[in-house]
Amino acid sequence: MIRFENVSKWYPGGVADAVDNLSLFINEGEICVLVGSSGCGKTTTMKMINKLIEPSSGTIYLDGQNIETLDTLTLRLNIGYIIQEIGLFPHMTVAENVATIPVELGWKPLRIKARVEELLDLVDLDPRLFGRKKPRELNASQKLRVGIARALAANPMIMLMDEPFGALDPVARTRMQDEFLTIHQKIHKTIVLVTHDIDEAIRMGDRIAVMRNGRVLQFDTPREILSHPADPFVSELIGDRKALKLMNLISCAQLMHDVSEFRQTWNRDFKAGGTLPGASTIGMQATAQDALAEMFRTGERFLFVEDDSHQVQGVIELDDLFKSVSQGDDARKQ
Amino acid sequence: MDLVGFLASRWQAILQLTAEHLVIVVTAMAISVILGVVIGIAITFNRAAARIVLKFANLMMTIPSLALFALLIPVLGLGKASAIVGLVAYTQLPLIRTVYAGIMTIDSTIIVAARGMGLSDRTILFKIKVPLALPAVMAGIRTAAVMGIGIGAIAGYIGAGGLGVFIFQGINRTSDGMVLTGAIILSLIAILTDQVLGQVLGRVQRRFDP
Amino acid sequence: MRANSDDAGYAVSLCRIVLLAVIGILLCVAVVEHPQDRLVAQLVSYHRVLVLLGQHLSIVASASALAILTAVPAGVLLTRPRFRAWTPRLIGLARIGQAVPGLAVIALSVGLLGVGTMTAILAMGLCSLLPILNNTLTGINAVDPALLAAAHGMGVAPRHVLTRVELPLALAMIMAGIRSAVTINIGAAVLAAFVGGGGLGELIITGNTISRVQVMVLGAALPMLMALAADAVFDMIDHGMKL
Ligand SMILES: Nc1ncnc2c1ncn2[C@@H]1O[C@H](COP(=O)(O)OP(=O)(O)O)[C@@H](O)[C@H]1O
Ligand SMILES: [Mg+2]
Repeated sequence: MIRFENVSKWYPGGVADAVDNLSLFINEGEICVLVGSSGCGKTTTMKMINKLIEPSSGTIYLDGQNIETLDTLTLRLNIGYIIQEIGLFPHMTVAENVATIPVELGWKPLRIKARVEELLDLVDLDPRLFGRKKPRELNASQKLRVGIARALAANPMIMLMDEPFGALDPVARTRMQDEFLTIHQKIHKTIVLVTHDIDEAIRMGDRIAVMRNGRVLQFDTPREILSHPADPFVSELIGDRKALKLMNLISCAQLMHDVSEFRQTWNRDFKAGGTLPGASTIGMQATAQDALAEMFRTGERFLFVEDDSHQVQGVIELDDLFKSVSQGDDARKQ
Repeated sequence: MDLVGFLASRWQAILQLTAEHLVIVVTAMAISVILGVVIGIAITFNRAAARIVLKFANLMMTIPSLALFALLIPVLGLGKASAIVGLVAYTQLPLIRTVYAGIMTIDSTIIVAARGMGLSDRTILFKIKVPLALPAVMAGIRTAAVMGIGIGAIAGYIGAGGLGVFIFQGINRTSDGMVLTGAIILSLIAILTDQVLGQVLGRVQRRFDP
Repeated sequence: MRANSDDAGYAVSLCRIVLLAVIGILLCVAVVEHPQDRLVAQLVSYHRVLVLLGQHLSIVASASALAILTAVPAGVLLTRPRFRAWTPRLIGLARIGQAVPGLAVIALSVGLLGVGTMTAILAMGLCSLLPILNNTLTGINAVDPALLAAAHGMGVAPRHVLTRVELPLALAMIMAGIRSAVTINIGAAVLAAFVGGGGLGELIITGNTISRVQVMVLGAALPMLMALAADAVFDMIDHGMKL
C-alpha cells in the first residue's frame, strides 16, 4: 500500500538527517505504528506521505505509484490526516467541520448532510446534539471524535494520525484507543499512527516501527518486538514489565486447554458444569494479564474460561501463563 | 453665550460641513479598508515583503499629518483629492498591521490540518484565514476610522472642507464659538464611531473567536 | 551571551540616533545653503530652525512630563483595592477619551483658554495622558493575583508590594504607554503652531503659505526624524532595563 524506498530528509541547518535512508512497506488495512522518542523523525516520516514535507532523496510509492507523479491536492483528499491538536476550524460548527471536504468536492447538500450524520454516528456523537456545536464547546475526546469524522469524510484509503491521543487524560486515552480499534474494525483503512508511547503502540499496532535518529531499528508485530527486541534501544524503550506487556497481547482463548486433562491431574470433586465449587472464571476475550491478576486475587493456581453464555470452554493454569511469556524467547534461541 | 449663538445662527453651515466631513472620511475609509486588507493579506505570503511594507507604513505614520497634506498640494492641488489620498495613506498602517497580525497569529495547527486535508491555498485563505482574522480586521477598521475622522479635520487646512474649516477659521478669527462647535461635533462623531464599531467588533468576536 | 546581545542592541540604537541627527543636520544645511529662492533664504536660517526645534522639543518634553506625572500616579491610585471595582469602567472611559481627535482637544483648549504655548502643552498633555493611564491600569491589573497573595502572605508590607511586585511587573506596559504618548506628542506638537505655540509646525505653515516645497519638506522631515529618534531612545531604555 505505502512503500518507502531509501527515503531521507534533511532540513536546512539541521545537524543530522531527520529521516535517514528509510525503507518501509505498509500493508493495506493494517495499523502501522511509528514509535520513538521525541525528535526521532516520526512526524517528518508521516508528513512525507501526504506531501506536507518533500523527501530530500528517495521515493515513496502509493499502490505502486510514485507519489511525486500524483497531484498533491488529490493525494491529500485521499488521505485522512489527524494531528494531536486536531486543528478543528473554530469558526465552523461540528457539522461544517466534518463537511469541509465533501463541500470542497462539490457534493450535493443532501448527500453531505447524510454523510455527516453517518460519520458522527460512527464516532458516537449524536448528530442532533453535536452537529451545531462549535469546537470550543467540546472536550478533548469529543474534539478527537470530530477530527476522526472529518478525516473520514471523503472515505480516504489511508489515515495518518500524529499522536492523536496525546491531548487526552489517561482514562479517556484508553477509552478512545479502544473505540478507535472498534471503528477500525468497521472501516478497514490503512492506518499510520505516530506515538511516543510504546504501550499505545503495542495496544494499537498490527506492526510497529521503532525509530531512533531517523532510522527504523525494528519493524515487526508487537509480540515479536516484545519477545525479541532487536536492539538495546528497543529493549530500553519497552522498559520493565516486558512479560506483563506481552501477556497483555495474549487472550485467554489462546491459552486455555481442555478441562479433561485438568481433571486427571487434579483429583477433586468437579461440578456438573465442569468447574470446581467456588472456583473463579474469566471471559475468553480477557488477556493473560487479566488471568494472572485473577489468580493472584483468588490465591488459586488455575481458573476456568467461559464463553459469553457462561459455558466453561477450558482452563488456564499458572504454568500456562509462564509458558506463554517464555515461549517466544525459546523459539528465538533455536 | 458665543457657542450657543454660533450654533443657532450658523446651523446650515454646520450641517453642510459635517456632511462634507463625513463624505471625505467615508470615501477615504472605503478605499483604505480595501487597500489595507488586500495589502495585509498579500504580505502574509512573503516574510521579506511584510517587513518592508510594515516598516514603510510605520514610517508613514511618523510624517506629521499636517505636513503630509501640505506636501500633497503641489501634486494633487488644494481640495478633496489631496485630503482623501492623505487620509488613505495615513490610515493604512493600523489596517495593514492588524490584518497581517490577524492572519499570522492564527493557530498554525489549524492551517496544518487544513493543508493536510487537501484544501487548496485559495480555500484555506478565503474559508479559514480570512474569517478567522475578521475580529482583528474589525479592530483595525475601528482604529483607522476613528483616526481618519480626526485627521480629516486637518484636511480643512488644505481647503478640503469639513469640520476642520470651523477650527482653523475660528482660530484665525478668534471666534471661540466657531472653534468649539467644530471641536465638539468632531469629538462626538469620533466617539460615536468608536462606540458603534466597538459594538460591531464585539459581535464579530463572539461569532468568530475560538 | 545575553549581555552581549543587549550591548549590541544598545549600540545599534545609538547608531540610529546619530544617523537620524546627521540626516537632520544635512537637511538643514541643504535648505539654508541652497535655498530654492530669495524668499526661502529670508525665512529659513540656522537660527530660526534651531529656535523652532527647541520650542518643539520643549513642548513635547513638557507635555510628556505632564502626562507621565499625572497618569502614572493616577493609574497606581486607581488600582488600589479601594478603587479596584472601578478600573474596568475607567478603562472604558479612557477608551472614549482616546477617541477624541488631538486637533479637537487643542481646539477645545483654545476655545476655553485662548491661544498660547501653555494651551498647546495642556492640550497635548491631556491627549497623551490617556494611553499612559490606560497602560498603567491594564499593566497593574494584569499582575497575577496569586503573586500578590503570595507577597502578602510572605509578609511584604503593602507599600513594598506596590514598588517591588506590581510596578516592576507592569513596567514594560507602562513604558509602552509612555513611548506611544511621546510619539503622539511629537506629531501633535506640529499643530501647536496654529495656536501660537511655535514649534516645527511653523515651517510647514510658512512653506504652505508661500508655496515652497523645500520649506514644507524640512518642516515635515524634522518631526519625522525626531519621532524615529525617540523610538530609538526608547529601545535603548528597554535594553537598559533588561541589562
Ligand atoms: N521544519 C523543520 N526545520 C528544521 N528542523 C526540523 C523541522 N521539523 C523537524 N525538524 C527536526 O527534525 C527532527 C525530527 O523531527 P520530527 O519529525 O518532528 O520528530 P518527532 O515527530 O519524532 O518528534 C528533529 O530533530 C527536529 O528538530
Ligand atoms: Mg512529532
